[in-house]
Amino acid sequence: MSTTTVETSAATTGQSTAQADPGEARRRGERSRPASFASHGILIVASLIAFFPVAWLIYLSLGPDKDDYLHPGGIWAKMSFANYSFVLQHTEFFDWLKSSLIVSLGTTVIGVLIAATTGYAVSRMRFPGYRKFMWVLLVTQMFPVAVLMVPMYQILSDLQLIDSYLGLVLVYCSTAVPYCAWLLKGYFDTIPFEIDEAGRVDGLTPFGTFARLILPLARPGLAVAAFYSFLTAFGEVAFASTFMLSDTKYTFAVGLQTFVSEHDAQRNLMAATAVLIAIPVSAFFYLVQKNLVTGLTAGGTKG
Amino acid sequence: MTVAIDRATGKRHGDRAPRPGLGQRLKHSYQKNWYAYAMITPVAVVLGVLVLYPLVYGLYLTLTDANSLNTARTIGVNHIDATYKFIGLDNYKDILFGPTAYDRFWSHFIWTIVWTALCVALHYTIGLGLALLLNQKLRGRTFYRLVLILPWAVPTFVTVFGWRFMLADGGIVNLALDALHLPSPDWLEDTFWQRFAAIMVNTWCGVPFMMISLLGGLQSIDASLYEAAEMDGATAWQRFRYVTLPGLRSVSSTVVLLGIIWTFNQFAVIFLLFGNTAPDAQILVTWAYYLGFGQQPRDFAQSAAYGILLLAILIVFTSFYRRWLNRNEQQLAI
Repeated sequence: MSTTTVETSAATTGQSTAQADPGEARRRGERSRPASFASHGILIVASLIAFFPVAWLIYLSLGPDKDDYLHPGGIWAKMSFANYSFVLQHTEFFDWLKSSLIVSLGTTVIGVLIAATTGYAVSRMRFPGYRKFMWVLLVTQMFPVAVLMVPMYQILSDLQLIDSYLGLVLVYCSTAVPYCAWLLKGYFDTIPFEIDEAGRVDGLTPFGTFARLILPLARPGLAVAAFYSFLTAFGEVAFASTFMLSDTKYTFAVGLQTFVSEHDAQRNLMAATAVLIAIPVSAFFYLVQKNLVTGLTAGGTKG
Repeated sequence: MTVAIDRATGKRHGDRAPRPGLGQRLKHSYQKNWYAYAMITPVAVVLGVLVLYPLVYGLYLTLTDANSLNTARTIGVNHIDATYKFIGLDNYKDILFGPTAYDRFWSHFIWTIVWTALCVALHYTIGLGLALLLNQKLRGRTFYRLVLILPWAVPTFVTVFGWRFMLADGGIVNLALDALHLPSPDWLEDTFWQRFAAIMVNTWCGVPFMMISLLGGLQSIDASLYEAAEMDGATAWQRFRYVTLPGLRSVSSTVVLLGIIWTFNQFAVIFLLFGNTAPDAQILVTWAYYLGFGQQPRDFAQSAAYGILLLAILIVFTSFYRRWLNRNEQQLAI
């Protein structure tokens, strides 16, 4: 058996974008024609399931009336971008954009800056209390929202930080900082120790080694930590819904909920806003996903 | 909620402990540790201020009867001082054993366990299945991969609303079921179907992460192992059972732990899918949120007590999980 089988079977299933390398003769992974059909069949069904809810949201966002989601057939005839222009012109969309960006970027910057040295320290040095410290870092990341929410609410009220960007950034930092430290430790572990040793031989202090040698090498790791903190802060619902009170300071996760209240459900506008949020975020995600995935599993996959 | 786990720690222990004379060792360790402590200070300070202090404060609140009527608050220009009082462990006693404790805590507890187990099992099996399919040389593999991670790429709070439209009374799902002459359940009203819908939506959201992580694990398995197995006449099933699964073990133990923690703490899906309309479909996390912020008066003390209980459950679970992994001689997560 050789490539021919695979090529024909793939050709019959057709329309998928070509990416296989036809010249390569493979011995493993070669499959009979029915098996290949089955693989494609399952993957197509799975892709449809993955794709449909998002596609449906986009489709509904084109229907101009708020009850159009009940009569999806009718949307086809009267499709328009009216919802989009309404959302952009007459809602707080740009306020929400601003708050989302301030909060997410604030969290990202603080998280990565603070966590970097710690990630290096726990990657390279063993000090008394090391295991306890790592355990604290791990446990902090699995705090359920419920643990910190009540006390944080009380503390931030005392400090008059409820309904302020700073308050929310501080809350997010409680998870972002330990998380970034973990992630960066994983990345620093992949940088050979010999580099540190070379630096030390040449007379650099540990700080010097870190700042001049390791940090520049760790840029991809820093980027992953940054992306991940950003995406997490951007998508956080619980704290944002509770701590942000004025509607111009809502993040997207909160703002989107305001379209559906007990009295009124402007689902068409909600769908349009959802699409407007989803497009840049998913574009961003797709741009970085390769790094994101390797970064997340870096600790896990190296044996 | 995010967690990352690394497995390099355990390994490096052996080669990092030189044992010269005592004096030299102390001096050496002092130099080394001075730097280490200086470097972890920023995180230690942040954690102390942002995590430890609120945690201790929250622990104290659980020993009181604080709610939104007796805590310190400012109405207009008047500042009202806190009047809640210390009541010891009564909150915990009430939650765990008080009257109607079953309805308030244990029913949610059982549902949370069922929810976590089912969701993680579904995430893992579906993710593994898709990862195996994607690990073949297949036309359009990249395309499938990109489409399949879509649920991860779009923020959860957006997709949950998409699902809410689809599952609503008269939404597309029920239209389709009607067209097929199948019964169309009240997804967002009936308790059983609410739970069903929650698991379905969460599965949809969570599979891509598992799939991608496991795919990474699959790709790191040495191909010569398969060759050797094939030489020895192993069937496809045997290759899967004795090469693939052991090869995935370290990735699996990590992602399963992550999946359990994330699912246990999953707030957005249930909160956004039902709001406050579905008391019986609330898992402990969303239920604690409801007690503390979704009702009037807000019951801060009980909500915080739920939080502490949740954290205790997770810590106990994680410790056992680690111990269990250790016993099976796996390279440990941390």
